[in-house]
Amino acid sequence: MAENPLVSASAQPAPARPGPPLWLLLELTYRCPLHCAFCYNPTDFARSAAELDTADWLRVLREARALGAVQLGLSGGEPLVRGDLEPIVAEAHRLGFYTNLITSGVGLTEARLQALKQAGLDHIQLSFQDSTQQMNDFLSSTRTFELKSKVAALIKKYDYPMVLNVVLHRLNIDHVEDILEMALRLGADYVELANTQYYGWAWHNREQLLPSRAQVERAEQTMRRFRERDGRPMQIYFVVPDYFERRPKACMNGMGSIFLTITPDGTALPCHAARMLPGLEFPSVRAASIEEIWYGSASFNHFRGFEWMKEPCRSCPEKTRDFGGCRCQAYLLTGDAANADPVCDLSPHHHLVTDAVARAERPAAVPVQEKPLVFRSERNSTTLFVKRDGI
Amino acid sequence: MTPAVIDTSSRPAVERGFRLQWEAAQNAHVLLYPEGMIKLNTSAGEILKRCDGATTIADITADLERAFSASNLSDDVMRFVAMAVERKWLKIPS
Repeated sequence: MAENPLVSASAQPAPARPGPPLWLLLELTYRCPLHCAFCYNPTDFARSAAELDTADWLRVLREARALGAVQLGLSGGEPLVRGDLEPIVAEAHRLGFYTNLITSGVGLTEARLQALKQAGLDHIQLSFQDSTQQMNDFLSSTRTFELKSKVAALIKKYDYPMVLNVVLHRLNIDHVEDILEMALRLGADYVELANTQYYGWAWHNREQLLPSRAQVERAEQTMRRFRERDGRPMQIYFVVPDYFERRPKACMNGMGSIFLTITPDGTALPCHAARMLPGLEFPSVRAASIEEIWYGSASFNHFRGFEWMKEPCRSCPEKTRDFGGCRCQAYLLTGDAANADPVCDLSPHHHLVTDAVARAERPAAVPVQEKPLVFRSERNSTTLFVKRDGI
Repeated sequence: MTPAVIDTSSRPAVERGFRLQWEAAQNAHVLLYPEGMIKLNTSAGEILKRCDGATTIADITADLERAFSASNLSDDVMRFVAMAVERKWLKIPS
């Protein structure tokens, strides 16, 4: 029987209304006292429009919570740069969010910590760049190691679970043992060893930051040894470096399924790196409600479901597990966000990942001479990445 | 670390940094913790909301049996509490 396209189209079940944006990430500001070379923020952040004001952020919180958002990340840049962090936390807490402050610790004085505790802040994730002052301060292009250690003590004093985050890459991954010992000394409850994901500044610096396979394997062994030691109450999470995998991460659990980011200027994104994707107009919370944005906007609906996929994803049985991987990584590496994430060894572009890994096989001590590490700063952003637009 | 001894006189409490709450949008109790969330089924939610650090497992079980007109829930409650302690959702204050 010949297939009637109209009948078969209408016989398709209507796409289910997506679930709510359970996870809300507010990037309150791009301002940051640190200048980390592995930051995922956009390299052209210096061109970003004015930051939302307090009333806008409070409205975003109310609208997202009404839809069912429940986990709140407060990030940036450095969120403590905002003088209104306390009222934002207080409103979030009143609404029933679980509030996570993701911070470098710079600016976290005892007075502010006390006020944040009082406002109902649930959790603080403190980042370290390395176990040594020298490397921490080099990687963040600041002198912050001592200060971070003091902040860690304050976090304990105010009875927060202490969660340390250390981004790993070629220049510090060999220090994993020392990093874990440091975490233990500081009394950490959780340590997240997050291998660099290559977006933003990290993408620009990828050749200098990508570790060798041997480095990654050594780090994993060290971590396992540490986990197996007796009497260690500290929990260690190891975020695997996806360049060394054969299947992609289920990025964002599929775009537009649970995750919503609001950038400092109020642009709503289905993932923190999505702004780079060409051809998508991401809506602003200045012009539309969170409900309109989440359920109604073309850019949020674009990568929902499986219709957008190309082969080999489209006919792949694993598409319901990994959603084809990361759209931003597909775009950065292949120039087309609808391609399979090249981390997948079924992707015809997989060699772009394995080539980068192969280049990382040079001895760890040999730096890339022809290309310096570019630190994340307002000045570098302006001079190197902001296109002049004929002004 | 010696594992906490759990018996019917233990008074489990939700672990520091964790928060239990009802989420209408998910029609479920959820357990919130640093950067994560566990959506609980009905029985897990009913047990956890009674874990206030003051009530014994025996009393929690009796209360659940009364509330749901059930009997012999003791093993189920004990198993769940042991699992939740293992996963660090619950602590047994000494």
